[in-house]
Amino acid sequence: MSAQSLPHIAATQRRLFKINPVYLLVVALILAIVVMNPAFGEPTGYMNYLKRVTALAILSGGALYVIVSGGFDLSVGSMMTLTVIGSSMLASNDPNSTYWIIPLMLGMGLIVGLINGLVVSYLKVPSLIATLGMMITLNGVAFMWSGGAPRGYLPDTFRFFGRYNITDIPVISLLPVAVICLVVFGVILWWGMHRTNFGRMLHAVGDNQQAARLAGVPVERVRISAFVISSLTAVLAGVILGGRAGVSVNIGSGFELQAITAAVIGGAQLLGGRGSVPATIAGALALEAIFTLLNLLGLAQPVRLVVQGLILIGAVAFATYQRKRAGR
Amino acid sequence: MTDTPLPAPGRRFRFERHASTILLLAAVTIYIALIVIMGQTRFLTLDNLVAILGRSITLGITAIGQTFAILVASIDLSVASLISAAAVVTSVVMNGDPAMMLPAVLAVLALGVVVGLVNGLVITKLEVNPLIATLGMSLIIQGVLSYYYNNFAGNVPVEFQIFAYGSVGIVPFSLVFMFVLAGCAWFVLRFTRFGSDVYSVGGNRDAARLAGIKTDRVAIGAHMICSLCAAIAGIYLASRLRSGAPWIGAEGVYDLESIAVVVIGGTVLAGGRGGIWGTIAGVIIFSLIDSIFNVAGVDAFVKQVLRGIIIVAAVAFYAARSKRPVA
Repeated sequence: MSAQSLPHIAATQRRLFKINPVYLLVVALILAIVVMNPAFGEPTGYMNYLKRVTALAILSGGALYVIVSGGFDLSVGSMMTLTVIGSSMLASNDPNSTYWIIPLMLGMGLIVGLINGLVVSYLKVPSLIATLGMMITLNGVAFMWSGGAPRGYLPDTFRFFGRYNITDIPVISLLPVAVICLVVFGVILWWGMHRTNFGRMLHAVGDNQQAARLAGVPVERVRISAFVISSLTAVLAGVILGGRAGVSVNIGSGFELQAITAAVIGGAQLLGGRGSVPATIAGALALEAIFTLLNLLGLAQPVRLVVQGLILIGAVAFATYQRKRAGR
Repeated sequence: MTDTPLPAPGRRFRFERHASTILLLAAVTIYIALIVIMGQTRFLTLDNLVAILGRSITLGITAIGQTFAILVASIDLSVASLISAAAVVTSVVMNGDPAMMLPAVLAVLALGVVVGLVNGLVITKLEVNPLIATLGMSLIIQGVLSYYYNNFAGNVPVEFQIFAYGSVGIVPFSLVFMFVLAGCAWFVLRFTRFGSDVYSVGGNRDAARLAGIKTDRVAIGAHMICSLCAAIAGIYLASRLRSGAPWIGAEGVYDLESIAVVVIGGTVLAGGRGGIWGTIAGVIIFSLIDSIFNVAGVDAFVKQVLRGIIIVAAVAFYAARSKRPVA
């Protein structure tokens, strides 16, 4: 059913002839932004845009693992919030604390992902309910931890990943650390999804769980791993977002839906079996570009929600229509 | 609670059929035990019982609608923002003027019908996954609403507050209303053709279509009922809060809670099995849990954490037995 399951040569040939429309969309949107605001063409303009998009791009790359495996992870936004709040509570303004806080947070992400995966795989709770429950729980934990109002701020060593720019670089003049993170984690996620056995099993499980099981895929382990990856990327996204935007109690809320939207724009198939990491990251770029455009047009924040809702429905409807026309 | 008898040949104990009753009895037992242990027997009065039930009217009305959506193997995540929208429209249109009560209610009901219709059409005709379709709808409603309002807007005339505050003896009108609504829903599901169609479509859509049922129409109808109930819940909330604000639905987490309540009531998420009285039992269980927390003096944030865990545990309680694959 999916192109990935075809032999490699056939797959590359097909890909050459059929470019995922999301890439064209990104190019078109960015051209539109440059036309409306020429300053965007300067390094500070587009680098800031990339810096803004990094957290979402990494997050949606991770969320794609769960989507391809045939589930949803709605707990990622609250995991980001918990990461930011927890880090600021633990750091207590000590710059040396970053070195153990980030691993600790990743450990927490691992546990949350494991719980999500175990609940979905073994207790057979639909992932939507399981992760929504986790979302409520984690938000509650974040509130409990901070007592309702966050205290303290994140030390500069922690904020390094989200905020710091490397300056004095030829040609592009400045390079935010966040963009390096985007490239590094993007490549890792791409490699895991499209170049490993695990990625192939992930697609198989999402496409047809029964068939995958009969073919010898350890279905439970694969699904649990997908949730773990998703939670881990949520922690990374939280570190970068916290670094860029600072501490607030609902910093991560809404990101879970944006991640799903980005994956859907990138052509991922909900309920599994199909999806590409680069296209999803392009989907995140497109979504952020749309938000930037809305800002340039002077439209207020709530319009974002409306547009996001329309895109979400539109993209899924479009994908269904295409699939039906292709007779699959 | 967990020692279910093994299925004996002949007379089999149908666990699924009685699970909501068992859970309800368990919740009641825990509640009474807690009160007796804490020596706070003043909570064991009829007044208090009515008060416990009265706190979950909004959830109850929403869940009655959600039952329909889930029975046709769909789901509605747009109820929370629709509740906010309905409450705001109610209070803004009324704006303290008793003469505007009827137009406001009609406007909100129309809003509910339209939202349900759009949800149903997008799900059946465009074949968009119901989760995504209603999630998108939720974003759209919330966006439009917060574009125009960012605080409590309008106010509800005193005459209309009777809906939430008036009572017959000690029983509030709203509680009577909820049970009447549940009765109507039960009647529709049990005795009408639409009701049996809902079960057929939820049980097996293809078989239902081959049997000559207009499956799309049934699904759209179920979504319209669901949105209509959410709209009514919004009207009630406006009457109780005396005004509407764009966040009251999301704050109550009515989308997730209504789904959880329906599932705890024994309606299967995959559709086709379940009923209204289970949902009502689920609502009562939830308000009992709330009361248990209150009596035990649990901190608000801890309460939230426990709530998330209980919802997942309750769904797991049913889901672990089903052999169907899950999404």
